[in-house]
Amino acid sequence: MIFKDSKVAVIDGLRTPFMKAPTGKAQDLKAYDLAREAINNIKHRYPFLEHDCDLVTMGSVIQNASTSNIAREAMIGAGLNLNTPAYSVTMACISANVAITNTANAIQAGAVKIAIAGGVESSSDAPVRITHKLKKTLLQAQKAKGFKGFWQVFKDFKFSSLAPEAPAIAEFSTGLTMGADADQLAAKFGVSRLAQDEFALRSHQNATAAWEAGQFKDEVCPLPIQPKFTLVEQDDTFYANSSLEKLSSLRPAFVRPHGTVTAGNASPITDGAAVSLLMDLDEAKARKLKPQVVIEGYAFSGQNPQGELLLGPAYTMPKLLNEAGLKISDIDVFEIHEAFAGQVLANLAALQDETFCKESLGLDTAFGEIPMDKINTQGGSLSLGHPFGATGSRLLTCAARRLVQNKGKYALISACAAGGLGSAILLKRIG
Amino acid sequence: MANFKITKENKIATIWMDQTGAEVNTLSVKMLDDFSGLLDQIEQDDEIKAAVLISKKDNCFIAGADIKDLMAIEDSKEVEKLSREGNKILSRLEKLKKPVIAAINGACLGGGLEVAMACHYRIATTDKKTVFGLPEMKLGLLPGGGGTQRLVKLTHLRYALDALLTGKNIYPFSAKKAGLVDSLVHKEGLYQAALKVASAPIKRKPKKLGLVDKALSTSAGRNYVLKKARETVMRKTRGNYPAPLKILDCVETGLNHGMAAGLEAEAMGFGELHATQASKSLIGLFLAMQENKKLKNNNKTENVDSLAMIGAGFMGAGITEVSIKNGYDVILKDISHEGLASALKTIWSDFSQMVKKKAMGAVERDRLMSKIKTTTQADDLNQADLVIEAVFEDIDLKQSILADVESRCKKSTVFATNTSSLPLASIAAKAAHPQNVVGMHYFSPVPKMPLLELIVTDKTSKRARQMATNVGIKQGKTVVVVKDGPGFYTTRVLSALTHEAIKVLHDGGKIEDIDNAMKDWGFPVGPLALMDEVGIDVGAHIARGALGEMFVNRGIEQDDTVQKLADAKLFGRKVGKGFYSYPKKGRKTVNTDIYQYFGGEERKELSKSEIQNRIGLIFVNECVHCLEEGILFSAKDGDLAAILGLGFPPFTGGPFSYIDTNGADKISKTLAELETTHGSRFKAANLLLKHAKDNQAFVG
Repeated sequence: MIFKDSKVAVIDGLRTPFMKAPTGKAQDLKAYDLAREAINNIKHRYPFLEHDCDLVTMGSVIQNASTSNIAREAMIGAGLNLNTPAYSVTMACISANVAITNTANAIQAGAVKIAIAGGVESSSDAPVRITHKLKKTLLQAQKAKGFKGFWQVFKDFKFSSLAPEAPAIAEFSTGLTMGADADQLAAKFGVSRLAQDEFALRSHQNATAAWEAGQFKDEVCPLPIQPKFTLVEQDDTFYANSSLEKLSSLRPAFVRPHGTVTAGNASPITDGAAVSLLMDLDEAKARKLKPQVVIEGYAFSGQNPQGELLLGPAYTMPKLLNEAGLKISDIDVFEIHEAFAGQVLANLAALQDETFCKESLGLDTAFGEIPMDKINTQGGSLSLGHPFGATGSRLLTCAARRLVQNKGKYALISACAAGGLGSAILLKRIG
Repeated sequence: MANFKITKENKIATIWMDQTGAEVNTLSVKMLDDFSGLLDQIEQDDEIKAAVLISKKDNCFIAGADIKDLMAIEDSKEVEKLSREGNKILSRLEKLKKPVIAAINGACLGGGLEVAMACHYRIATTDKKTVFGLPEMKLGLLPGGGGTQRLVKLTHLRYALDALLTGKNIYPFSAKKAGLVDSLVHKEGLYQAALKVASAPIKRKPKKLGLVDKALSTSAGRNYVLKKARETVMRKTRGNYPAPLKILDCVETGLNHGMAAGLEAEAMGFGELHATQASKSLIGLFLAMQENKKLKNNNKTENVDSLAMIGAGFMGAGITEVSIKNGYDVILKDISHEGLASALKTIWSDFSQMVKKKAMGAVERDRLMSKIKTTTQADDLNQADLVIEAVFEDIDLKQSILADVESRCKKSTVFATNTSSLPLASIAAKAAHPQNVVGMHYFSPVPKMPLLELIVTDKTSKRARQMATNVGIKQGKTVVVVKDGPGFYTTRVLSALTHEAIKVLHDGGKIEDIDNAMKDWGFPVGPLALMDEVGIDVGAHIARGALGEMFVNRGIEQDDTVQKLADAKLFGRKVGKGFYSYPKKGRKTVNTDIYQYFGGEERKELSKSEIQNRIGLIFVNECVHCLEEGILFSAKDGDLAAILGLGFPPFTGGPFSYIDTNGADKISKTLAELETTHGSRFKAANLLLKHAKDNQAFVG
C-alpha cells in the first residue's frame, strides 16, 4: 500500500557489528544482549527515547524460549522507561521489515509518534531441541502415577530419542534446505556459477570499499562482548581480499556434485542486531531532527514455497512500484537482500522474463532491467552478513543513507524470506 | 502508650509498633517499659489466645537501639542494669504461655532482632528491604538483649558466630535456611499470614543440621569451634578490639552454664564494653559518618542533571560505578573504545558478583549498565553540569582537559579533578572560571572505599563546593572538605608515614618487623605492604612533587631510594616484586633482595615501640600541621578522613582523638625525644604544643 501523505519519517538507524556464527565472536551473547546493545546505543544517541518512546518492535527468527518477546526484554535491559509497550514479530528473513511496516502503519494512523523498530538474530543462542519423542515421554512421566504408570510411559523408550535435534535451515513445508532451493532457482533462470561468484565478489568489494570510506561510522556501534568485554568494531563477515579464483575453487554446498551455490556465494550465518528510529514527521520537526526520508509505502507477497521460495523481490517490487505509479527509472537506490547471489540474480532475471512477468505477475510485458549500479553499492547480505531478524533494519538504514547521499528521490528495499514470502518498502526523500 | 497500638480480632491480639515522630522504630528504655506493660495486658486478657508483633513503619521492624540514648548514659553500671532489665522483659516474653508471632518487614537489626528472637515464631517478608543482623560488634559493643544466646539456639554455632563477629547483614532466604526465621511471605501478605500462624498451635520444624554442624554441636566440637574463632579474632584484631572476645565469652558461658548465666555474662560484658575507649571511638565514628551523610542544602543550581566522566581507567570506572548505582546517568568519555570497554568490564564484573549472590537481578544489572553512555566524542560533554576528570596524573594533560571543558561546556559547569597529589591551584592556574574548579580525591577501589576528600581553593565557589559535596554524598561517600595544598590532607600525612617507614628500613629495621609493629598499632596493613599495593612508582611520583619540597623544608629530606626502586621496576604487587615477593600461588614473602638498597642484608632488632612511635607519631604530628595550616577545617574532619581513607586505627577515634586520649603533652614529649635522636622532622607542630600547654582537647 502507498501512504497518502506519508507521516512516517526515517530518522536514523544503527546496529551492532555483524559477526559470523554460531561459533563466532558473539557466541557468549544471547539475542537479548545483542538487541539490548542496539537499543541502548540509539537511546544514548537520542536521549529523549528513554522516556518518550511510544513503541518498540523487534523481529527475530530463531527464538530463545526464555525471551520470546525479545523486544520487551531487550528494551527493559536497555533501560527504556517501563511504560513503553513492546512486541516482537517473526516473518523469517523479513521479520525486521514487518516490524518496520507495522510501526509505519501505527505512525501513519497517529497511534504512535516515536518508535524503535528493528530486529535481532543470534544463531549462537539458538535452542538445541530434544526430540519430539523424548519430550512426549518426559511430559507423560510428569503425570504418571505409580510404578505401573512409569512402566507404561517408559516401555517404549528408545535411547536414540536422547540425541538432541540441531537447528536446521530446512523449509518446514517442503523439507528442502534453502540453499538447495536457491540452487534450483538459479538454474531455472539460467544464472551461471560464474555470474554468481562475480556477484558475490562485487558484494565483498563494495562492503570493503564502504567500510574504508567510513560509510558505517555512524551505523555500526562498537560492541564490547561480555564477560571479557572484547571489543568488536567491524563486521567480520566480509573478505577484503576475496577473488574470483578463490570463489570459483569452492565446492557446491547444497547440491553435490553439480550444484552452483557455494559457501562463497551464499550469505553467512550471522549474529547481530539492528534498530531504526521512526517518527511522526511533525514530531521529528518539532524536535529539530531535520527528517530527510519518509516511508512512502510497502508491499508483501506470498508464493508457493515449492519452486518460488525465494522470488519475493520479483513479486513485491513490481506490485509496489505499479501501485505508486513509478517505473524502475524513477528509483535511485535499490537495496535488495542478498540471501544467495543466485537468488538475487534469478530475481533480476525474472523481472526481465516476459513469460514470468505475464504468467506469474499478470503484467502485459517484462517489468524491466534494474541497473546494477543502483543495487547494493555499499555491500549486501553476502558480505555484511545476514542476522535473519535484523537484516530489514540494516537495509532501511543503508537505503536511506544512500538516498540522501545521492540526493535521489526514491529508494526501494526488497527481500525474500523462507515460507515463500516477499517484502518491498518504498522510501522517498523530502525537503 | 503512644508507640504501641493493640487491636484484637478473633482472639488474636496485634501489637502495632509505631514510634511517634520517627521514621523508624528504635529500641529505647521507654519502648521496653511500654512493651512490658503490653505483656501484662496480653497475659491477663482471657480473650486473647495469641499475639502478633508487627510494625506500622514502611520499611522497618525495629532498626536497633537508639545509639544516642546509649551515649547519653555516662555510667556503665547503668548500661549493665539496662541490659539486665531488657533481658528480663525478653525472657518473660519468651516464657509467655500465649504464643507471640513476630511479623517482620524491613530492618530487623540489633535489639530489634533480639526482640524477634524472643518471640515464639518469626515470619518475614522476602522484600528487598528486609534485613537481619546484630551489628553491635561494629560499635565495640555486644548484643545485650540475649543476642549471643538465642541466635546460637535458633541457628547453629558456626552460623551464629559468623553473624555475631562480623555484624553482617543477613537476608531473608539465608535467614530462613539457617532457622533464624520460620517462614517467608511476600510483603503484601505478611499480616494475613501472621494471623493465620497465630490462629493455630505453633508448629516449628526442627532445624536440619548438616553432618559437619552435627559433629560440631557436640561439646568437643563446640570447644574446637570456639577456639578457632578466638584465634581468628586475635589474628584480625591483634587484641585492639575487646568486643569480639567478649561476645565469644558470652556464647561460651551460655553453652556451658545455661541461658541464665549467658544472659548475666551479656549484661556484665555490655557494661564493660560500654566503658571502653574503643566503643566510644567507634560510636563516635558511626555518628560522625551519619551526620556527614546528610545532604547539605541542595538547591537547583547545585543539582546535577548531567554528569560526565573523563577517563575510563580504574578510577574512572569506579567513580562511574558508584554514580550509576546511586541514580546518576553518566557520560563516560575516553580516547579509545578499548579503554571504555575495559571500564565497562570492571563495573559489570562488580555487578555480576552481586548477581551471583542474588543481591541484584541480571536484568537490573543490565539496566544499571545502560545508564552509562560511553563515548570518544568530546561533543558529548557539552551539556554536562559536572565533569569529573580522572586521567593520568599529568599537570599539562589535566590543564588541557580543563581548558577544553571550559571552551565547550556551560559557563556554570563545575570541573572536578580526581587527583591524589597535584595541587589544585596549579591545575586551575589557567582556568577561565577558577570558581568552578574543585578537586575530588577518591580512594581506590572507589566502590569499596568510603571516603571522598574534596579539595577547594580560595577561589572555589560555594556553589561548586556544594555541588561536589552532594554528588559525593549521593554516591554513598563520606565527604571531607579540605583546603588545597601539597598532597592535600590524606596524601600528605600518608607520605610522612611511608617516608618514615623507609627511614626505619634505612636504620636497619626488618620489613616484617615494621609492618607487624604498625599492624599491632592498629593499621589494617603495614606501611611497606601498603606501598607495594599502591605501587612504589606512584609513591615515587608523589614524592618528587611540591609535597617533597615542602617536606624538605621541615627536615623530611628527599630520599632517592624510592626512585631507585621504581627505576629497578620494583613496583610492588602489580609486577610481583616490591618489598615483598608475590608468587603466583601462595602467600607473599619478604623480598630480602631489596635490602641492598637499605644498607645490606644484615638487619637489626628494633623495638616495636620505637617503630610505632616513629611511624605513628610522625603521622599524627603531620595531621596537626594540616590543622594548623588550615588544610583541615576541623579536627573531626581529620579523624574521619584518616580512618576512612588511610585505615588509621578506628578504635582510637582518629589521630586527633588519639592525641586527646593519650594527652598532647605526653605526645609532644615523645616527639621531643625523637627529635633529639632522629632530627628535626619530629619537631612537634606549634598547635600541638599549644594544646599541650593549655591542656585542651582537639575534638569537642
